[in-house]
Amino acid sequence: MDFNKLFDSFNTENKSEEEVDIYMSRKEAFKKLGSLTKKVALASLPVAAFTMMPKMAFAQSSDVIGVLKFALALERLEYQFYIKGVDSGVVSGRHMDVFMAIREHERIHVELLETTIQALGGNLDGVPSMFDFTAGGVFPSPFSNRQLFLALSQAFEDTGVRAYKGQAPNLIENDDLLKVALQIHAVEARHASQVRRIRGRKGWITEEDYDGIDGFGATFMMASSAVYAGEKNTTHVGVEVTEVTTVPVMAVREAWDEPLSMQMVLDIVKPFIVS
Amino acid sequence: MTKFTDSKGKGYKPDQGLSSSRRSFLQYSGAALATSAILLSGCEQFEEFIPPKNPNSPKKVNLGSGDIGILNYAYALEQLEAAYYTKVALLGFYLGASAEEIRVLEDLRQHEVAHREFFEAALGKNAIGKLEFDFSMVDFRDRNSVLQTAKTFEDLGVAAYNGAGPLLTNPDFLVVAGKIVSVEARHATAIYDLIAPNEAFVDFIDDGLERAFPPMQVLQAAAPFIVTEIDASNLPKA
Repeated sequence: MDFNKLFDSFNTENKSEEEVDIYMSRKEAFKKLGSLTKKVALASLPVAAFTMMPKMAFAQSSDVIGVLKFALALERLEYQFYIKGVDSGVVSGRHMDVFMAIREHERIHVELLETTIQALGGNLDGVPSMFDFTAGGVFPSPFSNRQLFLALSQAFEDTGVRAYKGQAPNLIENDDLLKVALQIHAVEARHASQVRRIRGRKGWITEEDYDGIDGFGATFMMASSAVYAGEKNTTHVGVEVTEVTTVPVMAVREAWDEPLSMQMVLDIVKPFIVS
Repeated sequence: MTKFTDSKGKGYKPDQGLSSSRRSFLQYSGAALATSAILLSGCEQFEEFIPPKNPNSPKKVNLGSGDIGILNYAYALEQLEAAYYTKVALLGFYLGASAEEIRVLEDLRQHEVAHREFFEAALGKNAIGKLEFDFSMVDFRDRNSVLQTAKTFEDLGVAAYNGAGPLLTNPDFLVVAGKIVSVEARHATAIYDLIAPNEAFVDFIDDGLERAFPPMQVLQAAAPFIVTEIDASNLPKA
């Protein structure tokens, strides 16, 4: 059923004109996309994997569903952010393909998570669906101030990467779910890298991020310091990497991304959530 | 030996690149290395560039089983990436490389070397030996050849970690793999962005999900670049 639902979203037959229009405009974003068949096949796979999993695997699935709902909250926030971003004209023409692609990825992530949560017997209650990207007026005009839009985008993407990473261990007993979470995680990292580069920064998290996202005063700086908290870590599974390599410490810090706990992520995004 | 020079731009000017006759890998002498823009950080790296001469490398390695096997698998891939970017840098980057391109490739070299040395230390006595590589199909003078190969390695690395994550049983190892794979994905996008500015991932991740490959598929894809025989038969399958 869920498989069919996703499939239908790519199938223009039996659709109203308006639905087809929405579909076709999405298609334009992927003007270099290969065959539609390939897309359908790929997009359908993970859902198929989930729905084929024995229910037994989720005997104690409340934690897993909690993780998925948490991820869904972040994906909805991102998706809404890029819908508005693309529609508002804040995105420059030469970056439009990138942000339309990001929007489409986030849409797929939202749909995938919603479908999966429901397939596992969960519901979507309590998952935020309304957002205020000014964070109550703290960041005015995110959809007319291009620099602010890009700074927020970077913060959301880098936070998303850290959020998925932090939840990976909670999915370790569910290999199929973990795999898809990792597949989303890496896409968020691609987004982060691209947006950072559009902003003239390195694609990876660097020393300069600890100074905050500049141009928007102390508030953004404080907010973004939470986004990058702990990213200077150079010790991994007990190995202090700076002691075993001649690579400069700055590069060692860049070479590992750090996880964030669910609570730390929620604290970061809370100001953007209305309900 | 002295450390790699890590100052940005300094010593990496493409027009100071080596003449084409000296660029040939096999013609590299110790003297040429010493006078090249980059000084080597350690003898082990030096050895990587003189494959036939001093093969400390075993002919064959066995990755082992369980989590150790998966970590050795990651170590093998990091060795491949590190060796590749080290060679790119050692040969003075490709003709006409921009300052930005050199900055990205130099960052990638440093990151991958750090990853490699991390795995070596983390695995300790369980670590496989140093692998021997063959990059003869890469034209290191040619921008397209260098960047496309980098793209191949980064995309493959991301797909490899994504496929390997579910094979791990220790959550600490899973987290560290996660810490590395997102950086590999950042690399992949940066390389894409050099190849086709502002088109990164637009036509690649068309289903919103990264690829995830099982180890055998990854090792097959990497096989043309790896001389040392890798026995992956004891790796966990699922």
